[in-house]
Amino acid sequence: MSEQDVEKSRRRFLLGSVAVLGGVGAGFAAIPFVSSFQPSARARAVGAPVEIDISKLEPGQRVIHQWRGQPVWVVRRTTTMMEALERTDALADPESQQVDQQPTYAVNASRSIKPEILVMIGLCTHLGCSPTFVPAESGAEFQLGSDWAGGFFCPCHGSRFDLAGRVFAGYPAPSNMRVPPHRYLSETRILIGEDQRSDA
Amino acid sequence: MKRTLATLCLLFGAVGAWGAEGTIPLEKAHSSIDDPASLQRGARIFVNYCLSCHAASYMRYNRMAKDLHLTEEMVQDNLMFTTDKIVDTMQVAMRSTDALKWFGVAPPDLSVIARARGTDWLYSFLLGFYADPARPNGVNNLVFKDTAMPHVLVGLQGIQQPVYRTEQDQFGEQKKVIERLELMSSGQLTEADYRRTVRDLVNFLHYVGEPAKLQRLALGKWVLLYLFVLLLVAYRLKAEYWKDVH
Amino acid sequence: MNAVVKGLTGLRDWIDQRFPLTEFWESQLTGYYAPKNFNFWYFFGVLSLLVFVIQIVSGIWLVMSYKPDAERAFASVEYIMRDVEWGWLLRYLHSTGASAFFIVIYLHMFRALMYGSYKKPRELLWIFGMFVYLALMAEAFFGYLLPWGQMSYWGAQVIISLFGAVPFVGEQLAEWIRGDYVVSDVTLNRFFAFHVIALPLVLCGLVVLHLVALRQTGSNNPEGIEIKASKGPDGKPLDGIPFHPYYTVKDLVGVILFLMAFSAVVFYAPELGGRFLEYNNFVPANPMVTPAHIEPVWYFTPFYAILRAVPNKLFGVILMGAAVVLFFFLPWLDRSKVKSIRYRGVRYRFALTVFVISFLVLGFLGMQPVTTVYTWMARVFSVIYFAFFLLMPLYTSNDNDRPVPARIGTR
Repeated sequence: MSEQDVEKSRRRFLLGSVAVLGGVGAGFAAIPFVSSFQPSARARAVGAPVEIDISKLEPGQRVIHQWRGQPVWVVRRTTTMMEALERTDALADPESQQVDQQPTYAVNASRSIKPEILVMIGLCTHLGCSPTFVPAESGAEFQLGSDWAGGFFCPCHGSRFDLAGRVFAGYPAPSNMRVPPHRYLSETRILIGEDQRSDA
Repeated sequence: MKRTLATLCLLFGAVGAWGAEGTIPLEKAHSSIDDPASLQRGARIFVNYCLSCHAASYMRYNRMAKDLHLTEEMVQDNLMFTTDKIVDTMQVAMRSTDALKWFGVAPPDLSVIARARGTDWLYSFLLGFYADPARPNGVNNLVFKDTAMPHVLVGLQGIQQPVYRTEQDQFGEQKKVIERLELMSSGQLTEADYRRTVRDLVNFLHYVGEPAKLQRLALGKWVLLYLFVLLLVAYRLKAEYWKDVH
Repeated sequence: MNAVVKGLTGLRDWIDQRFPLTEFWESQLTGYYAPKNFNFWYFFGVLSLLVFVIQIVSGIWLVMSYKPDAERAFASVEYIMRDVEWGWLLRYLHSTGASAFFIVIYLHMFRALMYGSYKKPRELLWIFGMFVYLALMAEAFFGYLLPWGQMSYWGAQVIISLFGAVPFVGEQLAEWIRGDYVVSDVTLNRFFAFHVIALPLVLCGLVVLHLVALRQTGSNNPEGIEIKASKGPDGKPLDGIPFHPYYTVKDLVGVILFLMAFSAVVFYAPELGGRFLEYNNFVPANPMVTPAHIEPVWYFTPFYAILRAVPNKLFGVILMGAAVVLFFFLPWLDRSKVKSIRYRGVRYRFALTVFVISFLVLGFLGMQPVTTVYTWMARVFSVIYFAFFLLMPLYTSNDNDRPVPARIGTR
């Protein structure tokens, strides 16, 4: 190798080192700017778990609470409503196989800890509208067919969910509605936003 | 040149001395935020003695728990009296309208007080209460004359009284000035312990003024180290190319 | 490997047919010849550009969490400092960047004074630069109100009140600027608009003009010798070297050195003893109580000292304005045939030294409380400050300048 070649390769090596080191530095320098987009301490404080009281919730009734700015529905299902959950033929994911859509303790027929109490985030999994609660008797009003057993109907793009938030096949929503992490503090008090302890 | 510099220094020195006249020198707090135990003790004093009137409304309890190496349960059980949510900020129990009625002024928020006043000032302020029957709450303060704040730590420190000396002012008049304070009746703590306690509190306020200081001091050396390494390589690169020029 | 290179070359050709990319690269970097004898004073131009970028980027990120609202501005700054992830770093980058901007600009300007960079043919380059400096002062002034602390508030109050010195319409003018009887939420909102949109746009434009003018005339250098006057047979200046790679790798070293100093401040002393972030600005703005001692941030204090030295309000404002505006006329006040201080006579050397001292002393005095001694010192040094400009035609026209060689490195 001639002297010129040695020099050329030395320059190339130094240039490469500066580029790599500088690139690493730039990468690290980007971290603060990227992470500052995450929810701030205040947002996380506002989004902290909320405690709700269900002692006044009547069978067949739904109440809406707020957690992390999202609507959280709590429904006390009647016996008829619970029986209706057994009809699974038209559903896309009747067994709640999609793991992200509910905590493990809600992977069951009623998608809830207690069979009669449904706790669910009231947002359609299609594009985030909040579906309307349509009991069986109001089905006709929304033209949902004569066999509507009660559930949720999304006004935006017509997705339909049953009373456990399971999506009907053939509608735009890709998955069942989400069940938030929650646990029972007592018979009538639920903490939304915190998982059930594994020992419970 | 040297002589000019020396003259300039002298000039500024003299001017600086005139400027300093009439101010009481502050006691040095030597405040630091490196000692978690001191910060924890300071936090306890703060919530017990200060938080009933002064908020620190930008400081979150959970942030404090993390930075002071405390568990959230410990903070919840021992340091939280005005709220039960760990994510809340340090709000005050008292209503500000009451405060206005009782003290004539609303007690200021202490979140950034250490940055506004400085830790030495806070330290001197908390050491500087003395009995003054002319004041509505019976005390005055060396560094904050006629403060509306009562001496809330009086049970710990005891009561101080001023020792005067006479001095001629610039117009030749005799004037009584406070030379120092001495303890008139003692409190629960010895003087050394009281100073340590006040220092803990000042350290805590120092931390509350800028919780991120812990992070930035920890991170700074790595940034400088990285830049130094980069400098070495970049300098080699520059030297390599500049062979062509020289 | 070969395929990649071929692909990239293809892409470059594709772009070049549609956009003068290679041409731009060559004309601005590899084909742009700069004098080979730049010393460290020539870092401060590129450093100004770097700080400008830091300010723009950190500023954009701060705006994401800042609230331009008198009720919430102070709290939102503390929100950034505490609750926003890494918000403290964004804020310190911006606050340190503000002071760093003035440091590098002042050193950049001093470089121009030393080496006569404002002299023919670089008069427009100098004037564009001065406009950058003016815009930067306005930008800093508007920005300083935003944290809505006591210093923000009373600083703005004082500076706006200066307009009250204008004869006949002064009071109405000040009121018009504030949009209220005192500095208030309305003022904060319009200052915010100026700070984050209007002035950054103006600055961008002026920086482009400054750079275009620089490319037209070429850089001056510590010898003050025009490299374009001695060209080789290939038409390239004999004392010039391509900006890239030689000055890119050299500026990189300067940039890293600067970043080390900058980071040292950001991480270890962001307040810099109350100079970069003033202690009183950690007290929320209170229109009822003026702090015992108010002073502008350090980069304005020389002009503030001149203002205070004059016992008449209108005349003080005029002199303060003149102290800045006189810089614009330097190319014509300076009658010397020689650019660089290396070949200048003793008179200019003396004048420049005394001027720098008076600038620093005035800067110091502007931070101090008013006393009789200080006021008189400020008057003396103000006279020196103005004498530097106003007497310049006299002492530069018959200075004992030395002959300047035709080529660099032959001294």
